[in-house]
Amino acid sequence: MRPLTEEETRVMFEKIAKYIGENLQLLVDRPDGTYCFRLHNDRVYYVSEKILKLAANISGDKLVSLGTCFGKFTKTHKFRLHITALDYLAPYAKYKVWIKPGAEQSFLYGNHVLKSGLGRITENTSQYQGVVVYSMADIPLRGGEIETSMMRIIYWPSPARPLLGMEPGHVP
Amino acid sequence: MEGQSVEELLAKAERDEADKLQRITVHKELELEFDLGNLLASDRNPPSGLRHGEPNPEAELRALARDNTQLLINQLWQLPTERVEEALVARLPEPTTRLPREKPVPRPRPLTRWQQFARLKGIRPKKKTNLVWDEVSGQWRRRWGYQRARDDTKEWLIEVPGSADPLEDQFAKRIQAKKERVAKNELNRLRNLARAHKMRLPSSAGMHPTGHQSKQELGRALQVAKVSTASVGRFQERLPKEKAPRGSGKKRKFQPLFGDFAAEKKSQLEMLRVMNSKKPQLDVTRATNKQMREEDQEEAAKRRKTSQKGKRKGGRQGPGGRRKGGPPNQGGKRKGGFGGKMNSGPPGMGGKRKGGQHQGGRRRK
Repeated sequence: MRPLTEEETRVMFEKIAKYIGENLQLLVDRPDGTYCFRLHNDRVYYVSEKILKLAANISGDKLVSLGTCFGKFTKTHKFRLHITALDYLAPYAKYKVWIKPGAEQSFLYGNHVLKSGLGRITENTSQYQGVVVYSMADIPLRGGEIETSMMRIIYWPSPARPLLGMEPGHVP
Repeated sequence: MEGQSVEELLAKAERDEADKLQRITVHKELELEFDLGNLLASDRNPPSGLRHGEPNPEAELRALARDNTQLLINQLWQLPTERVEEALVARLPEPTTRLPREKPVPRPRPLTRWQQFARLKGIRPKKKTNLVWDEVSGQWRRRWGYQRARDDTKEWLIEVPGSADPLEDQFAKRIQAKKERVAKNELNRLRNLARAHKMRLPSSAGMHPTGHQSKQELGRALQVAKVSTASVGRFQERLPKEKAPRGSGKKRKFQPLFGDFAAEKKSQLEMLRVMNSKKPQLDVTRATNKQMREEDQEEAAKRRKTSQKGKRKGGRQGPGGRRKGGPPNQGGKRKGGFGGKMNSGPPGMGGKRKGGQHQGGRRRK
């Protein structure tokens, strides 16, 4: 377990900032406690200082997880966000997309959402913007990216499932 | 009146004396136990003076401490004193309290190879004398070590044995043999040490060329050979298609796990601020490098112009006039480089004819 290097922090912040923008500083600098990012086995965990100090007592090979896993660094040092980060990103999301109940099921099973499946969408959403996808009942489902040329929304992969339907070149 | 005042003074003096004595003497029900070697005084009196629940026991505690310290100092004054460099020093007796161990008990070490062998064979160490009579020097000398009795490397005359090569240096041979023995002893000592501490020594398993070595052994031998230079392998050339070895750099150092959280937060916020600001940040190093490069190029251009003018004094003026209107010579130089090949080049290169005037100028040079 170790803190992130400058490079890694930058890559991670760039990724997260695609979805929440400047609200990222609210994650870094919280009024109700010191939270920090730590790297363990290539995964980035967002953890409070108190829990971190407790976790330090566990040896590295026995430690499975701590705090909230935000994502992981791949072998080529790209950062991939995980669905476990949704709890922290959804409240701060700048651009939101609500999808109709009919498209919701298909989306949850891993397909793209077409334009017809969209219920509401925040104004001024630009192309290739990272968004958080909500159901009509305001439950955050996942994050994604808008490709307005054909209005395909590419979903975040959940950690347990393989990457289905990922367009090469549109990695979120 | 004066008598009274004298009496008063005397009485006052007596009272002062009594006060002093009172301060020095302390009355305790149980005597304290002293361990003067450790400057320790143990008070077993029940702390009746301290009532529990009292708001500030400070004054009582302080009085108690003062009394006990006074008793300890009284004891110290009774010790035998001596003078050491203008200071009066009391000689403390041996400490009687046994302090606990600082470090844990050392675990038993494994036996060395010799000890195992001796135990197996039942060999006991024979008691030997320290000194041996040395005939040569006529004195008692050590059995081993510095200036020992029979040191074969120190002989001034060695007979060449019949079977040996007559040109061999017998003295050097003995010194070499001694060095080898010493090295072997050292190796065994280190091996015993490693066995005791359960450490793995870097083994020389694949280093001796046998002709039947595996690919891994050869690779390892190769790597060790590369690193065994004076610069630890830094300036060793590689074969044309050889790849750089993986993992041969400095080990990365990371920040500590609980560093300064505030500093971490600050640096992260700073990074965010830089990321969010719309203007691209000025990279000072790159900017200065670019500036320096431009200045160098300008100077080079100027120098070339002056050198050309010097050469061109007796030369033709026409082409000089044409050249003035063209791009600077560095651009021309690049295009002029194709000049020699242009005539024999492919027809597609005809498009580069724009630099033809410069090409002509350069040929005339």
